[in-house]
Amino acid sequence: MAEFDQSKVRNFCIVAHIDHGKSTLADRMIETTGVLTSREMQNQVLDNMDIERERGITIKSQAVRMIYKAKDGEEYVFNMIDTPGHVDFGYEVSRSLAACDGAILVVDATQGVEAQTLANVYLALDHDLDVFPVINKIDLPSARPDEVKEEIEDVIGIEAHDAPLVSAKMGTGIDDVLEAVVNRIPAPNGDPKEPLKALIFDSVYDSYRGVIVFVRVRDGVLKKGMTAKCMASGASWEVVEVGYFGPGQFIPCDELSAGSVGYFTASIKNIQDARVGDTVTEVSRPCAEPLPGYKKVMPMVYCGLYPADTARYPELRDALEKLQLNDASLFYEPETSQALGFGFRAGFLGLLHLEVIQERLEREYNIDLVSTAPGVVYKVHKTDGTVFDLTNPSNLPDPSEIDYMEEPIVNGEIMVTTDYVGSIMQLCQERRGKYLSTEYIEATRAILKYELPLNEIIYDFFDALKSRSRGYASFDYEIKGYEQSELVKLDILINREQVDALSFIVHKDGAYERGRKMCEKLKGEIPRHLFEIPIQAAVGGKIIARETVKAMRKDVLAKCYGGDISRKRKLLEKQKEGKKKMRQIGSVEIPQQAFLSVLKLDEGN
Amino acid sequence: MNSLGIYIHIPFCIRKCLYCDFLSFSKGRAQQALYFDALEKEILIATKDCREYEVDSVFFGGGTPTSVEPECIVRIMNVLRDNFQIKNDAEITMECNPGTADYEALKKYREAGINRLSIGLQSANDEELKRLGRIHDRSMFEDCYKNAVKAGFENINVDLMSALPGQSLEAWEDNLRYVCDLEPAPQHISAYSLIIEEGTPFYEMYGDDSEENSIDYASHVQAGSRDDCRLPLPDEDTERKMYHRTEEILSAHGYHRYEISNYSENGKECSHNLRYWQGGDYLGVGLGAASLMKGERFHNTSDFERYIEVLGNALPDKVDGDNDRVQLLSDIREDIEKLDEKAKMEEFMFLGLRLTEGVSASEFKDRFGIEIGEVYGDVIEDLREKELLEWEGDMIRLSSAGLDVSNYCMAEFLF
Repeated sequence: MAEFDQSKVRNFCIVAHIDHGKSTLADRMIETTGVLTSREMQNQVLDNMDIERERGITIKSQAVRMIYKAKDGEEYVFNMIDTPGHVDFGYEVSRSLAACDGAILVVDATQGVEAQTLANVYLALDHDLDVFPVINKIDLPSARPDEVKEEIEDVIGIEAHDAPLVSAKMGTGIDDVLEAVVNRIPAPNGDPKEPLKALIFDSVYDSYRGVIVFVRVRDGVLKKGMTAKCMASGASWEVVEVGYFGPGQFIPCDELSAGSVGYFTASIKNIQDARVGDTVTEVSRPCAEPLPGYKKVMPMVYCGLYPADTARYPELRDALEKLQLNDASLFYEPETSQALGFGFRAGFLGLLHLEVIQERLEREYNIDLVSTAPGVVYKVHKTDGTVFDLTNPSNLPDPSEIDYMEEPIVNGEIMVTTDYVGSIMQLCQERRGKYLSTEYIEATRAILKYELPLNEIIYDFFDALKSRSRGYASFDYEIKGYEQSELVKLDILINREQVDALSFIVHKDGAYERGRKMCEKLKGEIPRHLFEIPIQAAVGGKIIARETVKAMRKDVLAKCYGGDISRKRKLLEKQKEGKKKMRQIGSVEIPQQAFLSVLKLDEGN
Repeated sequence: MNSLGIYIHIPFCIRKCLYCDFLSFSKGRAQQALYFDALEKEILIATKDCREYEVDSVFFGGGTPTSVEPECIVRIMNVLRDNFQIKNDAEITMECNPGTADYEALKKYREAGINRLSIGLQSANDEELKRLGRIHDRSMFEDCYKNAVKAGFENINVDLMSALPGQSLEAWEDNLRYVCDLEPAPQHISAYSLIIEEGTPFYEMYGDDSEENSIDYASHVQAGSRDDCRLPLPDEDTERKMYHRTEEILSAHGYHRYEISNYSENGKECSHNLRYWQGGDYLGVGLGAASLMKGERFHNTSDFERYIEVLGNALPDKVDGDNDRVQLLSDIREDIEKLDEKAKMEEFMFLGLRLTEGVSASEFKDRFGIEIGEVYGDVIEDLREKELLEWEGDMIRLSSAGLDVSNYCMAEFLF
């Protein structure tokens, strides 16, 4: 390999609001620079999980290296780092940005600046990245590039006059973007002679090589054979392999020098030893201090995960273990529920993270799951002066032992067209939001700022937001901290037996409403039995709502002729099969669906 | 010698009723003639597999067997007699709908050897009959019934249907009493409840969620609504009361319930239907007809054109050759399913429990070589605890409560 020339390197990422075409633009750039022929191109090369492609979101950050021959005749090395687009993965976004020197901001020519656009740009600017905008989707009839340019300048305050106009879908304007990368994104300026200082921005687990650590080398050189360590975790290993990213594959090389982006392996068995954000240095010649900004991410949302088929508990455990190898932010521990048997309490960065993990367990590991209602982490201050984190409602101590409780609060920003300000404010009010301010970014659009309890937004806030604004509102939030709150535990009793998996913590003012809806919903989910089944909601032993599933009085197939016998058998088999999928609680059989449906109480409102 | 039941399917009707999901349709005389040619050939071909059987029941079902020319039925009866060993006292039933058979026709059937008639009355209330889309009214039934008796039928079943749209408990009771008070009284009564089947006009009207459309009839004000076809179905409790009243009223009139929906005078139980529930062999001929022969279940194609084409093209001399015969049968038969030991046990239970006398533990042991308790001990114990099942001496049967929820109980006996 020739002498490494940092001035010919550009490390950058693409930031955008969800759906503004980030991954498509990345694909086109890869295609145009010829890393892949278009025949090899599969749409959205960087989003390589099935779920990512289906949902059109990026969950894990990915990196790719491209060689671009610019108009000045020089060859440039581009390291493009794709960042997750969702607020749940904010920390991963932040670490990905820290690995870059600049960012391309993609803005949809029809939709303009959205809440996440702002959030991501501010994040990029916080990391001292040079940001330049690209206007995408100019092929759409409703594209209004000039207005959007103005909006970018007014709202964000960055130069957008000569922003490349592209249609990533059609492949137009891509050359302009590539030229702009050369001209507008600064080259790295690390010192290869300094001690090694490299930032971990991602990692994946490989069953043969162990953890593959993705790094941006700031200073010094990362070499095969050297003994390196992580400064936060303290773990150290001998580096087995270093290399850079081809699309979809790892290409080994001898060393990664200051300014480069690449990977290394060191037979690392535990992903916790090389967490995102940690700094890698050389054991024999360590750098003075680590790169700033490392924090251990804490799960914000918890739920119980149980195998639908209790016999598959070991498989669920293995699957979670494997997922955790790739996802250091996934947390889980064994838990037992009277209703659901053996399972796990798992912690996630947010609701999307939770859904993604559930889907991966079901899809990649083929495990049917029963999950309990997601909850947040409450701080319980006991009368004896101790404080503990409550992640499972069942563990709430007796009210007499509780002094007070605290719940997590977020700072939320909702960008919405002025037509819907009223209905969105009403929604926030219903969700116990505390109004902070309204900022008008143009005549027809405003940003509403609210403080909202996290437990009010983890259920179906996004859906409600979309339906009340006809899809126009966008939402972004960050954790503000904990505040004292009047919380109670709502219990559900089915046939007078408390079902632990259905208990949850709720603000006392919302308990009645929620209890009533839960009972209603469960009534529709629990099939009729030979006896009457009362469904009750209770707070502290006091019943606040009740529904009844009537007893099954008649279930007869009146006729059965010779020709009906096979059909009759199928009918009985279906009946039997349905029963197998139920959970027995006392003498009542509850379909697994019931545990999920209570998560969606606001549907149809 | 093993005994056999023969079922002959006559798929023709004057018009299809709104609730009907049987394999039936209306066809002209020419198509009917082609069908009977094919049917005759099928019987000739199939008979060779039945040499070791003695036939003790024959059943002409449909459709409406009485809607075709009586000669067609007489011809099939002759073919059966020529090719099967039919016992002298065999029960030979034909389904009959009022308005399709006059005295002359009924006389011909009786003379051809048919000795049991099953008349589809369904309801004795003209309004209810109209809502069902039946082609007859009560007076047409009365003519039919009188003529049948006059023609010499001494074993008659009358079909009734409960839980009809807009039907009150009282209206159902009136129907039952009407049938019991016929002169002479019928020997057998089938009392089914209406089931809304997919693919029928009723399904379009009432959907699959009968609960939603049902109301408590007591609280329903019958204000002489003209919207007859959308009258609500009786709710579940009313339906159940109808079932219970059926048994009370019919037993007061000397009928005993021997199956979930079937009642008869002593000794007049339908032996052909008993065969279905007791696991006896039966051969079904004609379009879509189902068979159980030598441990195999199968049925004929339901495709009218195909049935006629396959059998119509078979030359008479082919009907004798063994290879051709096997080929022809496999061309019209579908879904051949060899019952394994488990499936046989399941059927033994879920069909046998339809009978009020229940299933015999010793017969279970004889058939399967294992005690019933070893296979179904837990299920039986559980259902007995719930008072849905009784075990008395050798017999295991559903209790009255168990009969109300028989599907629930029977499903438990599947592996």
